[in-house]
Amino acid sequence: MTIKYTPDHEWLQIEADGTAIVGITHHAQDALGDVVFVDLPAVGTSFNPKDVAGVVESVKAAADVYMPVTGEITEVNEALRDDPSLANSDPTGAGWFFKVKLAKPAELDALLDKTAYDDLLKNA
Amino acid sequence: MSADLLTTPLHALHIELGAKMVPFGGYDMPVQYATGILAEHKHTRAAAGLFDVSHMGQVLLKGAGADAALETLVPVDIVDLPVFKQRYALFTNAEGGILDDLMVTRRADDLFVVVNAACKAQDIAHMQQHIGGLCTVQPLPDQALLALQGPQAVTALSRLNAGVQKLTFMTGGHFELDGIDCFLTRSGYTGEDGFEISVPADKAVQLARALLAQPEVKPIGLGARDTLRLEAGLCLYGHDIDTTTTPVEGSITWAIQKVRRAGGARAGGYPGASVIDAQLAQGAARKRVGLISTERMPVREGARIVGQDGQDLGIVTSGSLGPSINQPVALAYLASSHAAVGTQVTALVRDKRVAMTVTTLPFVPNGYYRG
Repeated sequence: MTIKYTPDHEWLQIEADGTAIVGITHHAQDALGDVVFVDLPAVGTSFNPKDVAGVVESVKAAADVYMPVTGEITEVNEALRDDPSLANSDPTGAGWFFKVKLAKPAELDALLDKTAYDDLLKNA
Repeated sequence: MSADLLTTPLHALHIELGAKMVPFGGYDMPVQYATGILAEHKHTRAAAGLFDVSHMGQVLLKGAGADAALETLVPVDIVDLPVFKQRYALFTNAEGGILDDLMVTRRADDLFVVVNAACKAQDIAHMQQHIGGLCTVQPLPDQALLALQGPQAVTALSRLNAGVQKLTFMTGGHFELDGIDCFLTRSGYTGEDGFEISVPADKAVQLARALLAQPEVKPIGLGARDTLRLEAGLCLYGHDIDTTTTPVEGSITWAIQKVRRAGGARAGGYPGASVIDAQLAQGAARKRVGLISTERMPVREGARIVGQDGQDLGIVTSGSLGPSINQPVALAYLASSHAAVGTQVTALVRDKRVAMTVTTLPFVPNGYYRG
């Protein structure tokens, strides 16, 4: 299982069928505090990298969720919509945000692996 | 921490307790502890929360004419305020706008005043400039202020001094807590029963630890303080009331006793009285109201409110998810024509439209102890 990370504190789990599951990292949920609302993209929408795909709101503030790659949304996490606290309690599992069909898999090479992301956190 | 931020006597204790610190009113303050804002909010409504509010300003007004002098700055009855009773007051400006909101308690030999942290310096200067010749204005920089709030606050505090039980909402008294001379008022900023405790700064940590040792008590940060006061429908100065809002527009005319209104024995005599009396008689063009939503998206400060025809009706001044009721709540100024309870409006949030309804305040029932 390959997991990539972005400097915006998102993770992507690359699946064998050319899709990726996207969520926010433990660092992100800790920095946000209690998540109270998640605005997810519509299934079927296509995005370019750095587009705002959704919004994650904590008690104090709203933060943009960026699309890390080019692709089309194939599924969103309805359980997260119903219980935003999953983003805090299980950010890398049940708290996933959406699944995207990768239009340009080569874009993954530019993302961070775990070592690089951990280094980024250490130097933050 | 920025070198420019001030600290309260409990600063090291907050760090020790694992607080996330943020700047507020010029101070480095705890926004939350490890459990987070939602848990801290719910704990306060169920048990007892301890807040450090030492950043706020405490001031004594002393001398025989202090009450009449303060009445020249506020549209509130201070002269007939009974001893050990507390009242909510407002400093006004010449346009009838609000310079700050404050709490005033008459004690045996002085008036005990608490003002907001962000306005502390201006308020003290305001009092010194305008009434410094009529009474002594004495800031209390060596006093800390703790708030213990929640339905079990009295149970917890009674273990330190059972005498606190005799206080009722908006009354005060001197009590020894853990061997420390403190001045308490039974009031606060959460909508719950509770106490605000003025304690010497050099004893504040000792008292805080004695309170945290009670099983009902947890430390609570400013994040939950804001969601608690919002659910209680209480104004935050600088957001829901400011120099451009009158008490009539702000829906806080209950703070203006009859004796200070046109026709009363001590009518007027404070800045902006003519504007405020005119609005008391004729109404104001806009009003602060409560808004509630059945959807999930929070509606926050700055969101515009529109009506059925898309017409602009006003703006949100405070808003968040209300943790106790699990619904978005907001305070907003709306055109008076559309401010009646039950009016359906729409909030514009990013590119979305959120249906909201004008509702009565508070959003959550008060727990005040009236005896």
